[in-house]
Amino acid sequence: MAPNSIHWFRKGLRLHDNPALEEAVLGAGTVRCVYFLDPWFAGSSNVGVNRWRFLLQCLEDLDASLRKLNSRLFVIRGQPANVFPRLFKEWKISRLTFEYDSEPFGKERDAAIKKLAMEAGVEVIVKISHTLYDLDKIIELNGGQPPLTYKRFQTLISRLDPPELPVETLTDSQIGRCITPVSEDHEDKYGVPSLEELGFDTEGLPSAVWPGGETEALTRIERHLERKAWVANFERPRMNANSLLASPTGLSPYLRFGCLSCRLFYFKLTDLYRKVKKNSSPPLSLYGQLLWREFFYTAATNNPRFDKMEGNPICVRIPWDKNPEAFAKWAEAKTGFPWIDAIMTQLRQEGWIHHLARHAVACFLTRGDLWISWEEGMKVFEELLLDADWSVNAGSWMWLSCSSFFQQFFHCYCPVGFGRRTDPNGDFIRRYLPILRGLPAKFIYDPWNAPVSVQVAAKCIIGVHYPKPMVHHAKASRLNIERMKQIYQQLSRYRGLGLLASVPSTNGNGNAGMMAYSPGEQQPGTNSGASGNSVATSNGSGSILLNFDSEEQTGQSRHGQQQHSDQSHQLTWGYHSVPDTSQTVTSSRLHHEFAVPQHPGLLLHSRSEITGKRERESEREGLGEEPSSCSLHKMQRQSTEVSINPHPSLSATITPEGYSIKQVMFKL
Amino acid sequence: KDEKYLKHCESSRTSTKRKHKAVDCEWACLPQELLLHIFQYLPLLDRAFASQVCRGWNQAFHMPELWRCFEFELNQPASSYLKATHPDLIKQIIKRHSNHLQYVSFKVDSSTESAEAACDILSQLVNCSLKTLGLISTARPSFMEVPKSHFISALTVVFVNSKSLSSLKIDDTPVDDPSLKVLVANNSDTLKLLKMSSCPHVSPAGILCVADQCHGLRELALNYHLLSDELLLALSSEKHVHLEHLRIDVVSENPGQHFHTIKKSSWDAMVRHSPKFNLVMYFFLYEDEFGPFFNDEIPVTHLYFGRSVSKEVLGRVGLHCPRLVELVVCANGLRPLDEELIRIAKHCTQLSAIGLGECEVSCSAFVEFVKMCGRRLSQLSIMEEVLIPDHKYSLDEIHWEVSKHLGRVWFPDMMPTW
Repeated sequence: MAPNSIHWFRKGLRLHDNPALEEAVLGAGTVRCVYFLDPWFAGSSNVGVNRWRFLLQCLEDLDASLRKLNSRLFVIRGQPANVFPRLFKEWKISRLTFEYDSEPFGKERDAAIKKLAMEAGVEVIVKISHTLYDLDKIIELNGGQPPLTYKRFQTLISRLDPPELPVETLTDSQIGRCITPVSEDHEDKYGVPSLEELGFDTEGLPSAVWPGGETEALTRIERHLERKAWVANFERPRMNANSLLASPTGLSPYLRFGCLSCRLFYFKLTDLYRKVKKNSSPPLSLYGQLLWREFFYTAATNNPRFDKMEGNPICVRIPWDKNPEAFAKWAEAKTGFPWIDAIMTQLRQEGWIHHLARHAVACFLTRGDLWISWEEGMKVFEELLLDADWSVNAGSWMWLSCSSFFQQFFHCYCPVGFGRRTDPNGDFIRRYLPILRGLPAKFIYDPWNAPVSVQVAAKCIIGVHYPKPMVHHAKASRLNIERMKQIYQQLSRYRGLGLLASVPSTNGNGNAGMMAYSPGEQQPGTNSGASGNSVATSNGSGSILLNFDSEEQTGQSRHGQQQHSDQSHQLTWGYHSVPDTSQTVTSSRLHHEFAVPQHPGLLLHSRSEITGKRERESEREGLGEEPSSCSLHKMQRQSTEVSINPHPSLSATITPEGYSIKQVMFKL
Repeated sequence: KDEKYLKHCESSRTSTKRKHKAVDCEWACLPQELLLHIFQYLPLLDRAFASQVCRGWNQAFHMPELWRCFEFELNQPASSYLKATHPDLIKQIIKRHSNHLQYVSFKVDSSTESAEAACDILSQLVNCSLKTLGLISTARPSFMEVPKSHFISALTVVFVNSKSLSSLKIDDTPVDDPSLKVLVANNSDTLKLLKMSSCPHVSPAGILCVADQCHGLRELALNYHLLSDELLLALSSEKHVHLEHLRIDVVSENPGQHFHTIKKSSWDAMVRHSPKFNLVMYFFLYEDEFGPFFNDEIPVTHLYFGRSVSKEVLGRVGLHCPRLVELVVCANGLRPLDEELIRIAKHCTQLSAIGLGECEVSCSAFVEFVKMCGRRLSQLSIMEEVLIPDHKYSLDEIHWEVSKHLGRVWFPDMMPTW
């Protein structure tokens, strides 16, 4: 008997390039495409109206396309784990197909469903089509751990076979004799609900700037490619005032919901490039956005705490401030910085903001100005941003807040200057903050500096009609840079004066001892800062792994010593009765125990550090030199080894310590 | 687990077998020095557990050597995600180990409560002699919220009782001139490091008094408004040791603020006295406030522009900063910095680190810059957007070209396309 299939839609809301759906109809007697309005899906409880509307439009579009194939979409209210067993029975199902979900919660959910299906004697077919690659292969190639730098990631995928070609759109002929039994009351039972039915108040809701659905996605990708072909320039477009606005060629929300296959996009880009540039083969940068997405998906797939600071092995622990009032001002576009507020308004109204605008508001909330945790910002984006993927969203927030991925932290976007450079006239601001419309361009980014007469003429008094700036940016950035520097010095064990050298950079930066010694900061006594191993750092050159050749490195250090100060001299005067090295180690332990930023990838250096070498992830292999890429492999593995087993003694003690210490101390 | 271990120890102790006893004995007789050495590698909590094993280990737990350094973390659940040092542990330390403390720091979150708690602890440190003290605000300058008198009296307790303070980090605190006088009166022979950026209650005269009296001072951090010709001359007096680091933060409070100038002769005196000293300057100014800066030669080694800085000022940097080692430019207008960079490469022969954020440089000029600096550029952090492709180099080509001149693989910094 021909099997009865269910294809389960989650992401991948499309009929094109949908290999799992293809499997569902292959030789089947019946097929039913189901979608669960599922709380797991992007955490429906905090998804904003724009995202719900987008989703419902996607579902309507799917249903319409399925109708053309004499089928229908079954929207099922409930949770898959509760409903599937009943469906299996009721519909006599023997085959279940769905697209592979690489995200940790998805994997957990799918494992449970697979188990249910197995128990019900249902065959499960899972196909990868939400990502370009099989992420596990990338991780395998990297020695079992996800790459932590984008460069490393690029190197890895350049060694993989190109992504698989997209499969054809589901057609009548493929469906063949496979039918979809549709009951009279299908609309009532399984129809796509309206926003109102879901309890949203839609009165006065402006029409969608980003209409959902596969059909729209396919129109857009054509337009997108046409424009690219017309410009015939495949470099990243430079930002201007126009790029801030929603574009009819924008694709990100469609990729997120899977209305557009990333593989289709990938190959269309390749084809176009080949056509325009004749025989040259396309550079990786052509696929920028797609590869970044892939990068974060890879980083997150085995890390259920990817969206958290605590317990997340790749996240630096930064002592963020908890400040609900300040946070609310940011989220509600009341910071008093028109550039920030306009972006947040656009986000809330339309569900999309330009990626540099994301950088601007994320930087402002976290390391730039407010010093508030990236997790808070991430949650707001998750609610408001149409294209907020769990992995990409959390990953980008970590990136922007310099919480992971080894970022230089001096790149702080100025909440005044950045916008002014992008859109000197301030049209973007006037569009989203009409109250500021009357202000001249000169003051539109810093209206608090406008003379009262100008404010009066503009009918906008700062502090009355529009808030005063909530922070003094210059002061806040001074403090925050200092804090970041402290944290990163602690991680990299770099004790020098240089700001750049304190970041364990991905660009073979030998700080080469030049500035690697600041006696004042490195006394082991102060457990603050890099209490650990400061001694080791001070004698070591502080240089990095990729010693192009070690001779050169030492040469540089010598140079550095001459140039600055005589290290031995410094060491002798330094804080007499300086505890010995072992003491330092103790203090570092103690220090970690008492809970401070720790970076697993770097913690392990405490051991290697003794030899005076800092090991870091590198991109030496960029030049294709095998020996170093091996060492890189090793380093990667090392740094991630720790992530898997994030020093049980450290992380484990942090939580229960309060009590245990107490108990122990009493007994002493 | 630990209970089990304890039980195991007990049972082995009561065991009649001689062999076991011998082993037991060896553990208990472990020389204190060895035990100390081992303990130094253990986190505090593990040491605490170990101290319950036997009397000897318990004694070892309290050895002064293990209590020289301590970092107090003061956080409130309402304002921080991080745990705080347990109050009972703090009590224990004050009671049993305060006289052992030598290297102490306090990390406080953004709440005034935490800063006050730090002051309370400080004021109880009467019988200890600290060598280093650091007051660190991890989120916002919360010591500034503490009543000044409370803060000053707590800090004075340490100044008066610790006669051999060598480093003091009190950035963003309400420390004032009189309390610095107390510091000087008690610790002038030992003070080597003083960091007090953004301490608004200190006057130029207050810091001058420190420089006059503390001849061993080698490292100093303060805001520009405290910097004076007199201060530089005091630091370069014969009696004074060579200065190693001087860090100056130049922060503008209001737009259009006027800044005083420092005479070239004063800087010259500094360089004559301390030829190797590092001058680190952080600028957080509006573009139009740079008037008084970089008109004359200045011995700055590390230069950080936190806000937008004009092409013109960077041009002056290229002319007047011969000792420059590191330069970070966070932002600049939209005109390419080509000539400025080339000039910097030419005149700043020590330059080994550069970071560029929101700026623009043509690829050709950038390659030329790197070529001129060559391998001494050990830090080169350039945002991808900074580099403007031109007729000579595309973005894909530039990393090869730059890598070639650097002698190592280099890529521009990238931000995710989100």
